Amino acid sequence: MTSLFPTRRTMLAMGGAAVAAGYSSLLVPTRAGNIAPTPSMRGGSNNYLPGAPVVERIGGGGFWMSGTVRRAGDGLPLARQRIQIWAHTTEGHERDPHSHGATLTDANGEFRLEMPQIVPAFGQPHGHLAYDSGEFETVFLRPVMGSSRDKSLSAHFVLKPV
Amino acid sequence: MSRTRSILIWIAILLAPGVALAAAAMSPLLAWRDPIYITGGFAGVAAMALLLLQPLLAGGYLPGLTVQHAKRVHRLVGGTLVGAVIVHVGALWITSPPDVIDALLFVSPTPFSAWGVVAMWAIFAAAIMAAYRNRLSLRPRNWRLGHTALVTIAVTGSVVHAWLIEGTMETLSKAVLCLFVVVATAKVVIGKRAWALRNRPR
Repeated sequence: MTSLFPTRRTMLAMGGAAVAAGYSSLLVPTRAGNIAPTPSMRGGSNNYLPGAPVVERIGGGGFWMSGTVRRAGDGLPLARQRIQIWAHTTEGHERDPHSHGATLTDANGEFRLEMPQIVPAFGQPHGHLAYDSGEFETVFLRPVMGSSRDKSLSAHFVLKPV
Repeated sequence: MSRTRSILIWIAILLAPGVALAAAAMSPLLAWRDPIYITGGFAGVAAMALLLLQPLLAGGYLPGLTVQHAKRVHRLVGGTLVGAVIVHVGALWITSPPDVIDALLFVSPTPFSAWGVVAMWAIFAAAIMAAYRNRLSLRPRNWRLGHTALVTIAVTGSVVHAWLIEGTMETLSKAVLCLFVVVATAKVVIGKRAWALRNRPR
């Protein structure tokens, strides 16, 4: 381009490039700090009982529920967060208090609780998990097992500070 | 119709629901379910079995029954079907109220719930149409169109509902029963030209 006065075509091209650059910096974040909080799932809070005790395991065990808890935004693992777990298992219905228990995350923000085998109930083999300690916004999850023969299930929380 | 053919038709019609109920009764999951939950599940299977009889009775396709007799049994089975659906939903409600409320409000995480609820309302509406047939004073063709449309929704909804559920019925016997229900309904609706002006004696 040798002319001092840009043509209409170059003006349009430059304008377009400027707009594209602006949008891409908004749409494609390059820095950390944009990890979105996990929304509650439909039906996640069904048969929730507040205040389930922290336990070594629920009932006789044999099935593992695991997952991670992180902070929204920077994704920092959150230690000592209480996660409550319940399901329809070989030892009881969802509404039975003995089907409920809670556990705490370790230093890496990971939790793992042994519980009885989850069996299909209301059409799907699924579990329920809750974060409801108040420091972050409450989240209820309802993960579904890929197969009812699975021996474990996991669910991950990204929590938003209140 | 030959005697052998009649017997074979009856065997098929009674065997499909019979095997489905027996297979559901042998499910290992029953050991981990309360009686009220088991009642709810079996009321659903029974409703599906009745759904197989209904079109065949309405069309007069069941050998050995006169058309008049079949119509009377059709009304009786229709009432029983409504009862089975009420027991199904009621028993599930007692088992887990929030899950049933989610389903009835169409906010359940499980897609089969919505199909079931649509089928339930279609069955209720079809039954109300039948109960108030005289007072509705619709032309016979319009009544038949409405009843058939509702029944088609009910059958579609029920079959999809049952098919997507894991835990109550055994898969193969469920597939056979669902197929029988769809084929029987389609045969009667198409065979009797349910949409047409009455052009044959009942």
